[in-house]
This record gives sequence, structure tokens and C-alpha cells, in this order.
Amino acid sequence: MNHPDDFALDGNAVAGPLSEIFGVDVTSIRVTCEDCGATAPLARVAAYVRGPGSVLRCRSCTSVIGRFARSRDSIWLDLRGSTSWQLRATS
Amino acid sequence: MSVISRGFGGRGSGSDPRVPPGQYVTDDFPVLSAGPTQYVDTEDWRFDITDIDGSRTTLTWERLMALPSEEFTVDIHCVTKWSKLGTTWRGVPVSSLLDGLGTEAEYALVHCYGGYSTNIPLEDLLDGKAWIVFEYDGGELDPVHGGPARLLVPHLYLWKSAKWVNGIELRLDEQLGFWESLGYHEYGDPWLEQRYIGD
Repeated sequence: MNHPDDFALDGNAVAGPLSEIFGVDVTSIRVTCEDCGATAPLARVAAYVRGPGSVLRCRSCTSVIGRFARSRDSIWLDLRGSTSWQLRATS
Repeated sequence: MSVISRGFGGRGSGSDPRVPPGQYVTDDFPVLSAGPTQYVDTEDWRFDITDIDGSRTTLTWERLMALPSEEFTVDIHCVTKWSKLGTTWRGVPVSSLLDGLGTEAEYALVHCYGGYSTNIPLEDLLDGKAWIVFEYDGGELDPVHGGPARLLVPHLYLWKSAKWVNGIELRLDEQLGFWESLGYHEYGDPWLEQRYIGD
């Protein structure tokens, strides 16, 4: 039985803090899920931001593809659930 | 000079001895989640207790309901800085699940449907300090708040009170859980404001 998931936002919800981490506009990043291999633009991954940190999940299989959190003096980043993050290079 | 009462229940209840430092009181019950809400049928619900030797005890919903439960009222404190006072729950003390094991473990890694986990010293789960709860405010625990059953450890920040619990892994060493491995404090005492590693 499927249930609505009212708490997932799209990846644009984390574009601000992720752009701060990477130092570039992240909206065009393409992320590949390690579990199912699905690739999607960051804007289309599921973002759970109402918690101690933010969690990005694959829309295809719901696996975690990235997590980040901010502590008092650090930003913590975990991308173990993703095979790759493709950022557009500036020439 | 007049003395002005700040009243009850408002934001910034800094003088209320029930409110830990850095927290504000809310009457709402915010939903915080690291993933999709888990909808687990009680017929399918299982709770595995795994001891350090690998031996496993599996609890069904029917067995959980057969254990003595208790209703209690506690204050809860979220690391995102809200506190909710006087929340009433019903659940089974975790000690009643573990007391017969005679385990030599010192730590627990709590597992959940959906993949969430959190680490807690075993002694913090015993002696009436933690429950597997299945009712909130007199009714069934809503899935968005962790139903059919969640852990409740009210003396620690609420991320320790894992929603949709499905097991306790007893350990000799401390393995960090979902948020503890991403900069959050390994223990999480709200009265010491242990929000982040190093606090």
C-alpha cells in the first residue's frame, strides 16, 4: 500500500547550503544512487530537511544518497550512498 | 520597579526549570524525519534483540502487548531546540525486554524500519529510563510520530528516541548511529546541551 510522503521536499530545498559547501551553483549537479544506479538532477532527489541535519534520498529506491549537517563550527558531509556527483565544470 | 511574569508556555521559557538551556517550549508536536514515514502493520512488526554473542530474541507485536505496560508523563527535548512539556505515553519499559538476558554488553545500537539507527549506553535504557511506546496522549501512536512503536528515552535529546524501532543490537563497543556519525553528540544530554561532538 502506498502512502503519501508529505515530508519530502525536492532537492532545491538544499541548494543553498550545498552551494555553500561546494562553492558552486549545485542545481545542475547530477547524482547517481549507489543502490539502484538511478541518476537524477539534484533538484529531483528527495530532500528531508526537518531534522538535525538534511538527508537526500533517491526518488527511485528511497536509499540515502547524501547527508549533511552543521554543528557549531563545522559542516559534516556524507556522500557514501551515491556513486558519483557530476558537477558542471566552468572553463 | 514592576515584576512582570512571562506567563506559561510561551517561547523563550528561560526561567522554567523544566526547560533545558537553549530550548523553547512548543505546544505543537513537530514531525522530524530523516526519510519517508514507515507504515508497519502490527502483524508484520518484529523487534530483534541481538546480544554480543549473536544470539537473537525476536519479539512479535502480540508478545509486546502481553508484557506489562505503563502510562507515564514526561517532557521531551529535540536538538532542533523545541521542548514539549507534559507528554503522556504508554509503553513497555526496555528493561523488561533486557533484564532476563544477563548480557555483558555496555552499549546498544537501536535499529529501525527505514534504516535509521542511534547509539545509547545500555544503562540509559534500563531502570525505567526508556520505553518502547505505542500510545501517545491516550491514542495509538501515529506513524508520523513513530507508530506502531518507537523508543522513548526522554532524558536524552529526542533523536535518540528512534521512531519505527525494530531492534536493539547489544554491543561491547559504541558504534555511532545515524546522526551521531554526522557531527552530533554521542550521548546527547539536553541539560548539558550536548548537541554536537565535543560539547
